[in-house]
Amino acid sequence: MNSSSHSRDIPYPDIVPIDEVAVNQRVARLNSRSIKKESKVAALEMALSMIDLTTLEGSDTPGKVIQLCHKAKEPHADMPDLPTVAAVCVYPNMVSVAEKALRGTEIHVAGVATAFPSGTATLDAKIEETKQVVGDGADEVDMVISRGEFLKGNYHYVFDEIAAVREAAGDAHLKVILETGELQTYENVRRASDLAIRAGADFIKTSTGKVKPAATQPVTLVMLEAIRDFYYKTDRMVGMKPAGGIRKAKQAIQYLVLVNETLGADWLTPDYFRFGASSLANDLLLQIVKQKTGVYQSSYYFSND
Amino acid sequence: MADEQQTVDEAEQKEESFKPSAPTSKLNFDGPWKYDEAPQSTAAVEIKDQYELFIDGAFREPEKGRYMTSINPATEEPLASIAEATQQDVDEAVQAARKAYEKRWSPLEAAERGKYIFRLARMIQERSREFAVIESMDGGKPIRESRDVDIPLAAAHFFYYAGWADKLEYAFPGRKAEPLGVAGQIIPWNFPLLMLAWKVAPALATGNTVVLKPAETTSLTALKFAELCRDAGLPEGVVNIVTGAGQTGSLIVNHDDIDKIAFTGSTKVGKIIMESLAGTDKKYTLELGGKGPNIIFEDAPLDQAVEGIINAIFFNQGHVCCAGSRLLVQEGIADHLVRKLRDRMETLIVGDPLDKNTDIGAINSEQQYNKINEYLELGVQEGAELYQSSCDLPEKGYYCRPTLFTNVGQSNRIVREEIFGPVLTIQTFRTADEGIAKANNTPYGLAGGVWTDKGSKIFKVGSRIRNGVVWANTYNQFDPTSPFGGYKESGKGREGGLHGLYPYVKLNPR
Repeated sequence: MNSSSHSRDIPYPDIVPIDEVAVNQRVARLNSRSIKKESKVAALEMALSMIDLTTLEGSDTPGKVIQLCHKAKEPHADMPDLPTVAAVCVYPNMVSVAEKALRGTEIHVAGVATAFPSGTATLDAKIEETKQVVGDGADEVDMVISRGEFLKGNYHYVFDEIAAVREAAGDAHLKVILETGELQTYENVRRASDLAIRAGADFIKTSTGKVKPAATQPVTLVMLEAIRDFYYKTDRMVGMKPAGGIRKAKQAIQYLVLVNETLGADWLTPDYFRFGASSLANDLLLQIVKQKTGVYQSSYYFSND
Repeated sequence: MADEQQTVDEAEQKEESFKPSAPTSKLNFDGPWKYDEAPQSTAAVEIKDQYELFIDGAFREPEKGRYMTSINPATEEPLASIAEATQQDVDEAVQAARKAYEKRWSPLEAAERGKYIFRLARMIQERSREFAVIESMDGGKPIRESRDVDIPLAAAHFFYYAGWADKLEYAFPGRKAEPLGVAGQIIPWNFPLLMLAWKVAPALATGNTVVLKPAETTSLTALKFAELCRDAGLPEGVVNIVTGAGQTGSLIVNHDDIDKIAFTGSTKVGKIIMESLAGTDKKYTLELGGKGPNIIFEDAPLDQAVEGIINAIFFNQGHVCCAGSRLLVQEGIADHLVRKLRDRMETLIVGDPLDKNTDIGAINSEQQYNKINEYLELGVQEGAELYQSSCDLPEKGYYCRPTLFTNVGQSNRIVREEIFGPVLTIQTFRTADEGIAKANNTPYGLAGGVWTDKGSKIFKVGSRIRNGVVWANTYNQFDPTSPFGGYKESGKGREGGLHGLYPYVKLNPR
């Protein structure tokens, strides 16, 4: 860990021991929080405002993306006072479509880049793609790390790659996807988090959604603790984005509790916490309407985008 | 003049030390999103105005007609009147137990005894919510703990020992295990039903009958258990519950016709009991106080260790004999760990025990509340730095903020004496030897913890801690299969597991 390249001056994070059993227990404990009444309504609306409304399919079309952007702007027409979602997240070739559809709104455009979801491309191609995405109007870039290099122990490579993409992304917010479902241990999750944060990530993100398991609460807790330790050391706030597998409002609230009791209120904003999800939005809407009217509505009353 | 000024400063300082400390963290745990109240319903719970003694299978009024009031420590309101047993009541309870022992219980086929105990276990499960709510109302503990820990574990103890009832020949191969007779059992107020289960289940499984006295501030679940014994059709006199204060307890301890004493409570009372029993042929087990060392090495998983430290000292408001009340931290990580600990304390919810989100409930009684506050004052006088979380406390009820003391020494009373409240002292050490020496430098030896990522260190250090229980990378884990008990002044004998059968049997050749 001592050689000449610029990134090697930065001390690489040692293994931070993580006790898996205790992490799972802590999550179970936090899941026993009972969120009712006003605090539930507030949580549902907060979660809605934190969604990166996502479509990442080979079959995506401009029409589908445009309609998704409509949903992003106005999640439920019957309730015009609801917050909009935080961002729309699409493949590189759809960034310009989304940018146009969302122009004039506060909603961010997130483009996945760096050979999402596998990340197996050359560094040059990844940098090129990142520049393209930003040039097309994405103000957020969701990159993936090279898990193969990470698992090989080639941490310098991973660090340098993130740093290079960071540079290529310019002013755009960089979210670094660790693909925790491939990292095997919580220690690896922690190490990858520390690496990404030190290499300049604005957000660290669990998953692409293409690998199972995607986001889990224990993994999210480990990542939140990495963010906390970095904040203690440097005063810099890094954001967190669990993505994939979060479909129900109840799960979303559990994640919010996790953030609330690990990092506190300052992270409970779309600037520092996001959900990468698509079907979550409708379950949140269903629950919000239930809280206001007292009854569950048929799913027909909510748009399916 | 200068002296005067100093006195004023001291007075101000002292006053200030009891205000909650300002949160030092940059993390903001006081944001706009607050959890609403989530109170557990008490609708399904029936608490009578007055409870009698349970003797020979029936509830009966105490001979002298005296009653004590049981207070809900969260509201300071009276919950129920509890009978006070005096000499004649205790005599009758012991006679009933003796008769039941000779005529009904010890002659009964072991498998049949087991069936009764299984039935009790199932009935506790069936009525678990009711037991949990009463436990929280009577003792102040959070419903989350009574619901998820106390009651399920109590049922588990009955299930476990029910299984042993007809298998004693396998527990003691080659020997014949015979019951002792009548067991007198005195239990504390911190885990009322669970301690009852620890005592009653092994006694019944081995063929003994019992006279049990619950603590005077927390008798209700024992009396509910008495109802359950009656509903289960348990033969009359097998379980007798006599309520009362220390006086009633001493009547049990000194009763001539009791064969075995099982006591859980303070070391002070334990010593008195030992004196009383000296020269008699009564068997006894004592499970007494503790001042548990919780040792954190610098290679420990720190964020999880913080959870363990919190669980070790703030579980059940710190009313835990095996609480990890002395934190020993390797010096390289001490500042970092204490900072994490303080931040974590800010997220502890202190308040209504019946709220499902409450982490720390009410202190069990006014007496204990005063005792803890005396120790807080004493700590400040001894020169320790006091830190408390900044949470709001309810206006009524006995509540104490979770508290840390840093800058303490091994010689301080707050480090040496059992406080039995949510108060943690923090000391540092450099080498493992120093940590072990500090851990063992106490008259107590009940339980402790070791935190390190290195497996070999767990065994090397753990085996040198003179404690009945040493937890590794966890704390306050209980299971009916595991023996529990202390070294030194923390007690004598073991409860739980196979070991927990020994105190209730005579072993004879086959």
